[in-house]
Amino acid sequence: MLTWRNMHVTVRTVSGLLNSFRVIRSRECMCAHGRIRTFTTGRILHNKFFKDLENQFNAARDKVADALPGSQWSPFEMNPNLPPERADIVIIGGGVIGWSIAYWLKKKERVRDGVKVIVVEKDPTYSQASTVLSAGGIRQQFSLTENIQLSLASADFMRNINEHLGVLNQEPVDLQFNHSGYLFVANESVAHIMEENYSTQRFAGAKVSLLSPVQLKEKFPWINTEDVALASYGMENEGWFDPWTLLNAFRQKAISMGVIQSIGEVTGFNCTLNRMETVDGETVDVKRIKHVNVRMPNSREYQPVECAIVVNAAGAFSAKLVDMMGIGTGPKDTLSGLALPVEPRKRFIYVFNCPDGPGLDCPFLVDYSGIYFRREGLGGNYITGTSPEEDAEPDVSNLDVDHEFFQEKIWPSLAHRVPAFESLKVTSAWAGYYDYNTFDQNAILGIHPLAQNMFFATGFSGHGLQQSPAAGRAVAELILDGSYQTLDLNGLGFQRIMAKEPLLEKNIV
Amino acid sequence: MAAPLVPLQRFCKLASLHVCGRRRLWSSSVATPPSLYKRLLLALTQRFYDVEILLNWRSQLKSQALQKKNAYYHYTQEHYGDNVASAYFILNMHGSFRYAGQSEWFRSDSSGKFSWDFVNQKDSLLEEVDLGRTVINQMGLGNLVGNPLRTLSLRGCHEVDDWALARLHVFQDTLEELDISCCPHITIGGLAALRNLKGLRRLNVSSLPRLGSPGLVIIMLEEMLPLCQVTAKGYDLSLTQLGGN
Repeated sequence: MLTWRNMHVTVRTVSGLLNSFRVIRSRECMCAHGRIRTFTTGRILHNKFFKDLENQFNAARDKVADALPGSQWSPFEMNPNLPPERADIVIIGGGVIGWSIAYWLKKKERVRDGVKVIVVEKDPTYSQASTVLSAGGIRQQFSLTENIQLSLASADFMRNINEHLGVLNQEPVDLQFNHSGYLFVANESVAHIMEENYSTQRFAGAKVSLLSPVQLKEKFPWINTEDVALASYGMENEGWFDPWTLLNAFRQKAISMGVIQSIGEVTGFNCTLNRMETVDGETVDVKRIKHVNVRMPNSREYQPVECAIVVNAAGAFSAKLVDMMGIGTGPKDTLSGLALPVEPRKRFIYVFNCPDGPGLDCPFLVDYSGIYFRREGLGGNYITGTSPEEDAEPDVSNLDVDHEFFQEKIWPSLAHRVPAFESLKVTSAWAGYYDYNTFDQNAILGIHPLAQNMFFATGFSGHGLQQSPAAGRAVAELILDGSYQTLDLNGLGFQRIMAKEPLLEKNIV
Repeated sequence: MAAPLVPLQRFCKLASLHVCGRRRLWSSSVATPPSLYKRLLLALTQRFYDVEILLNWRSQLKSQALQKKNAYYHYTQEHYGDNVASAYFILNMHGSFRYAGQSEWFRSDSSGKFSWDFVNQKDSLLEEVDLGRTVINQMGLGNLVGNPLRTLSLRGCHEVDDWALARLHVFQDTLEELDISCCPHITIGGLAALRNLKGLRRLNVSSLPRLGSPGLVIIMLEEMLPLCQVTAKGYDLSLTQLGGN
């Protein structure tokens, strides 16, 4: 407590809790040297004295608050960054899919705090996450009805995004959505596929129109329509937006609804094993996850989180989690050899500047040769990329950019399609991972037969961002309602992988 | 809903968990400090769950009322046809319209009353529609689809945003004049959606507060729609000095 010694204090004005009053105190007492000293202190020392008084008062008040029941004090030193010891649902992966699932789980719970959801993300800077490195496009021009429906539902979500993800007292969400549409350009050999896809898309509700080469040239005079047979153009709900904004909007809304974010890496699972025999006489181990071991960054400390359901939304790194469980290690063509066919594939995006390029009407153009480009901003910048050949896949151990790839594979096709791009200057480039589904390049949603409580939401192969709101809702329905309620996505489950019937998407970019 | 009537006091620590990033008080694009009433509401929201829930309900009810106003006039469309449904919708929104081949404008007066003559004109097609300063949004535009509009005014509509502009492609063959000035929610992304309106001759994009670089945007619009005359007032297009000299 305070010791009042040798202080003659005059209080003039006091800030803080006390009202201003005038007090003159003088104290004379014996000090160590036997002299009596009284002195008047200046104004600064007055304020310091009372600030000190205030601090001491606050400290005393905090101590009392800690001692009373209901406080957070505990005699054991706990790492505050550890995730809680138990939760209902642990979502592994803090990208746009993971946070979308977390948001929809909280949206669909019927009672406040009905489900305790934790999202575990190993890299809070998102330096290697596919979400933020994506080109950010959304389209409905797919050949598979499920994909079209997912994209359409996601566009509807983004249309009213403030109704869904608006947090009271925060700024409204601005996705910076550019409604420029996608333009697919086909030559004679693939024109018939485009026509089939067109009828599927119209039937599913997408607003697409087909253009002949003459109409194409009229609409976009800067395109070279020499070898073009048909073009497919999206009129509504297509374009590109800012992925980071969507991710943050999901995250902030989910956290405001009570989802717990945990920064850490999943290093293992504790499972119970049930040895069962299939109809064909094969012995399989059916596993049920009991604990998820979450290790803190730069530390060996880990927390085993006891949980009921685990969601694998780890994107390009989903297969690691499945290996940790020991699934898919059996002989091929058996149930125990059914691994998750998702692997990371590196894709490059190059930013270039071309002052004479197409203007505000530039859509997200996808050529039949595989290259794509879109406008970025208003300064004549564009971003472009393409998928490499199957046998020339770049190394996935790092995210270094291969500039030769642009010179050899992209520039010739770009210049052929848009003559103005013959003179351009590459200003920047980056690389990101696709969570590539090697089986059929479509999403995998649902449960693995050998992992009873792990739900998968991965393998989107480049469409994760545009399908994230609808895919999150679908997985939340699977978890909380037991089956799909709004969109029937049973075709995207593990059944097709077990039966070896690929659901091929003919419009991969 | 647990403990409905007793206001639950929230711990400030819990409330701080819900704050991600900088919290702004009911921020809008206008940088005026919020009034005392708003500050009081914010303080109460941060301390009491009940106030937060009530305010959430209030904003949900407002947006539901807006959606109701903009709903598709299915009943009218079924019984009277598309044209009457569109006309009825416009009059209910306090807008006005003119039929093709006639020079008389149908509008409602200040108290919302209007004459019902339009019901008899089932086959007349709408040519000019003025929905300025109404609460029409992208859903409401679905009521106007199917009319060969030549003039559309959405001046000063607070609910018209980029998605509404994206729906205008249905008028791409007939629309000649479009007025979207003073709409606070339109950005460059929505203006890119106007690329489909190749028949547009007059476009008014004055006073759009969310355009970052209006001079550049106007030039790009003129480039995108070469036959269109773009009017853009209300911007400060003077060249700003960069750095020293």
